[in-house]
Amino acid sequence: MTAIPISAPAKSQPAIKDGSMLKQKEMISGNYAKLENAAAEGRKVVSTFVPGNLNELIMCFDVLNNLPEINAIQNGMRKKTGGYIMEAEKRGHSEDVCTYVKADLGMIEKGNIGPDGQKLPDPNLLLLSYTGCFTFMKWFELLRDHYGCETTMLHVPYQGDGNITPTMIAYVVRQLREEVIPKLERVSGVKFDIDRLRENLARSARAEEDFVWVLNSAKARPSPIDAYFGGVYYIGPIFTAFRGTADAVEYYRLLREEIAERLARGQGPVTPSGDMGPERYRLVVEGPPNWTSFRDFWKMFHEEGAVVVASTYTKVGGIYDLGFRHDPARPLESLAEYCLGCYTNRNLPSRIDIIERYMNEFEADGFLINSIKSCNSFSAGQLLMLREIERRTGKPAAFVESDLVDPRYFSPANIKNRLESYFQMVEQRRAGAAARAA
Amino acid sequence: MSTVAAIVERCQALFDDLDFSAARAWKAAEPGRIVVGFMPFYVPRELIHAAGGLALGVLGGGDQLEVIQGDAYYQSYICRIPRSTIELGVTGRLDFVDAMLFPSICDVIRNLSGMWKIMFPKVASRYVDVPQNFSDSVGGSFYVSELGELRDILARLAGRPITDDALRHSIAVYNENRALVRQVYALRSREPWKAPSAEVYLLMRAGMVLPVEEHSAMLADYLEAAANQERPRRDNSRVVVTGAFCEQPPLNLIKSIELAGCYIVDDDFMLVNRWERSDVSTEGDPLAALSHAYLHDSLETAAKYQPDQSKKGQWLIDAVQRSGAEGVIFASASFCDPALLERPMLQKALAARSIPYIAFKFAENSGQMQPIREQAGTFADSIKLWSAA
Ligand code: SF4
Ligand code: SF4
Repeated sequence: MTAIPISAPAKSQPAIKDGSMLKQKEMISGNYAKLENAAAEGRKVVSTFVPGNLNELIMCFDVLNNLPEINAIQNGMRKKTGGYIMEAEKRGHSEDVCTYVKADLGMIEKGNIGPDGQKLPDPNLLLLSYTGCFTFMKWFELLRDHYGCETTMLHVPYQGDGNITPTMIAYVVRQLREEVIPKLERVSGVKFDIDRLRENLARSARAEEDFVWVLNSAKARPSPIDAYFGGVYYIGPIFTAFRGTADAVEYYRLLREEIAERLARGQGPVTPSGDMGPERYRLVVEGPPNWTSFRDFWKMFHEEGAVVVASTYTKVGGIYDLGFRHDPARPLESLAEYCLGCYTNRNLPSRIDIIERYMNEFEADGFLINSIKSCNSFSAGQLLMLREIERRTGKPAAFVESDLVDPRYFSPANIKNRLESYFQMVEQRRAGAAARAA
Repeated sequence: MSTVAAIVERCQALFDDLDFSAARAWKAAEPGRIVVGFMPFYVPRELIHAAGGLALGVLGGGDQLEVIQGDAYYQSYICRIPRSTIELGVTGRLDFVDAMLFPSICDVIRNLSGMWKIMFPKVASRYVDVPQNFSDSVGGSFYVSELGELRDILARLAGRPITDDALRHSIAVYNENRALVRQVYALRSREPWKAPSAEVYLLMRAGMVLPVEEHSAMLADYLEAAANQERPRRDNSRVVVTGAFCEQPPLNLIKSIELAGCYIVDDDFMLVNRWERSDVSTEGDPLAALSHAYLHDSLETAAKYQPDQSKKGQWLIDAVQRSGAEGVIFASASFCDPALLERPMLQKALAARSIPYIAFKFAENSGQMQPIREQAGTFADSIKLWSAA
């Protein structure tokens, strides 16, 4: 799981030609261009993961941010990952493990050519913010094995009992102070300035406010957004190298304006085929999408008039709609709370509570899980989730299986069949409920 | 003195008993006793002992448990141990367990801790987080605080405080047990024909269900009996088996490796029995002592971060050298992310020292041993050829 298509290839992009989309494209290509020129311009590069990323802190050291998951997603959408995964498996990586890791390692083995066709720079520092998934730690060790560069790890405790304790915050803050910041200072040669961090955090909070407004717009009927397929574009800047930048503030301002207009006009979401037809089903979706057939997958929904009104995947890099904001008044504590609060760092009962809340607040007709073979962090326990949500809400739930970036595990016919029967089931339930009410 | 056969027979009976009758009997023997289950690989069992409780290792269902309901909770691409553990739970086999502890080992067990809260709301369940930062002032202070919370939970459950003195005593009891465990492993690595791996395995499994004092007595008996028993020495190759630190291989798999011509001279089954490499201090603050041992003197496994790249895999090299092994067998549970992601890094470290290895996967309920026997047999032969060359 854990990342977003900050820029899809042109043909896969939804047909939004709005200012926000152009802005995002510009931001992403700008970041890749910076990464490609890093060596020539003497800029240092930090590789780090999406959930629990410390972008506001990283920015304080004038270093660039490279996110392996994003590269895997981008390559997945460009259908390059199948080959990379095979390459990694040929080199001894098990077929059983997370394909993000293999897509990344395969890409590195084949010359480390990034999604836009240019060579990615070797990192000067590996910064592991270890949140919500054990695989990150192994992935990070595998990268360290390859690059042999400086490393630093931020261990974020798990919310085993469903809450954040002062001990957890103190532990994370102490690691930031004693390990992460000194390492960033050393690698970058820039001294840490907490006021700079505060400014970045203030910008994050502004963007987060608009982002949450956009997510909540899906409470309207029809929903002006698709909070899963469309949502993965909306999370791009805030989950990655842009949180805390003026660009991100501007992006979310533009996005909010655009969605507000759609809302005012009573329009539904934009899809790759243009405006979606009438809204027939409102769904909550758990789990990451498949990237190698992202467009086909989405089509199976929008062609049926199914709109996703809330999704958990758009919370892997931070949950903002439950109230959290980065707080310049408590800079390090606030970073700690952010890391601790990412979706898969919450225990299963909390995850189920969040989904139940979405089901109710967004008036969903049903719940769907896209179970990802790669991702134990998301997937282990989803069948219990399914039962619980059905039991608590009385709404029909369904389950499809695919993978993130391994095309071998995307079976369109199977998924389509399942979805069609599911939509029929939703219809029948609705008819039953209407008959009972009459 | 018991004979080896008698000891092993007792262990086998404990191993086969999926109803945990011995632990049930222990609990029933005195009112107010508590039983605390834990999953692989590590929990601070001293705290349970100091609460007057029994630490019960729940290591899956093996190849004898028919998993029916547990399968309905997991997709096909997830390992076996969580589903058989759920099966043990929903079939009432763990209904005498007062609390379950889920160690910080992987996302599957982590999520299972939450499933347990939902499925068995009357059982206290706790995810036992351990630091991945190994400095005393950072990871250590976090861990001491976690241990303190666990101590409170167990004290509430037991209905009595866990004093520092009680805890120091429990540490001493476990130190004794670990010392005996180390002796058994040392005997096996010195004279593997005297302590066959299937026996050692059963002996260690007994430690998952018996009170620690009883287990220590059993280990001492075994050491004496095994040393005095003559057994034929075979011309086997010496191997370390690694990767099975969580879901356990079927007993037949261990037997098959030895029958195929390999003496297992070290392994990572049930790390909890020897997690701390030397005695934990019985002086001063006992929580600080447990934390110190965790941070600075514990075994390595895939679930634990190695901050120093130059030391990556060194523990395996050390295990090979210490035990005089000639090769390594990577035996990992299918779909075990930590073991399988770790494997290439360990293999690289072995290759750099020209230590031969093979790899296969298993499930706790694997029935067909022929391919494994063939693979291990070929490996044993190739080691001999290689060392003769
Ligand atoms: S296991 Fe899941 S969360 Fe972890 S890296 Fe892979 S896809 Fe991301
Ligand atoms: S066998 Fe591996 S993946 Fe499965 S629960 Fe154990 S450590 Fe986790």
